[in-house]
Amino acid sequence: MAVTIRFFASLKERLGVEHREIDAAAVNTVSDAWRAVVADEELPDNVLIALNLEYVAADRVVKDGDEVAFFPPVTGG
Amino acid sequence: MHVRIVEGRFDPWAMLAEHESTHSTVSGNFGATATFVGTMRDFSDGVTVSSMTLEYYPGMTEKHLQEIGAATAQAHDLADWLIVHRVGTMQPGDPIVLVAVWSAHRAAAFTACREIMEDLKARAPFWKKEQLADRDRWVEHNTPG
Repeated sequence: MAVTIRFFASLKERLGVEHREIDAAAVNTVSDAWRAVVADEELPDNVLIALNLEYVAADRVVKDGDEVAFFPPVTGG
Repeated sequence: MHVRIVEGRFDPWAMLAEHESTHSTVSGNFGATATFVGTMRDFSDGVTVSSMTLEYYPGMTEKHLQEIGAATAQAHDLADWLIVHRVGTMQPGDPIVLVAVWSAHRAAAFTACREIMEDLKARAPFWKKEQLADRDRWVEHNTPG
């Protein structure tokens, strides 16, 4: 099984990545998931993180089948 | 259904009427209805905006709106509530968002409508991209209320 990593909005455009699947064994936390896809940039402080459609902090542990999403501050309404 | 994400232009007043006519929970047991309708402007930070595209996170956006609506309904003992949000490309003057709440008295209605709207602006996964005369730009932050 794998962990699905998704990016949205300006972050998706800037990084040039919409989604990526990574080996679950290669990552422990959502921070690791970021580093597995974005090797040359630290996770920015203002980036929001969701794990399985719920907001989480960067130190949350991920497991097989999880979906991790990274996105910029929201601007709806 | 309390949460609707719509891709095309929608009429908030028709949706309100439809909701009231099809939800038995809203008939007769409320004394107050508060509504908020957000509409696309043709200016932003001093420049003209010709159109705007709204991206969202299918699955998470609906889930988040459902949770905030349900929590607010419980906190303020609402009779009913409705959140409608547009996504995709829209033009100035188009409605973007409708929040409506039904309650026994006005205080709960005003407060609950405001609380849902403020959470939506601060936490619901939507992102605006504006089309200007010479370029596109992502909106970096919402304006203060």
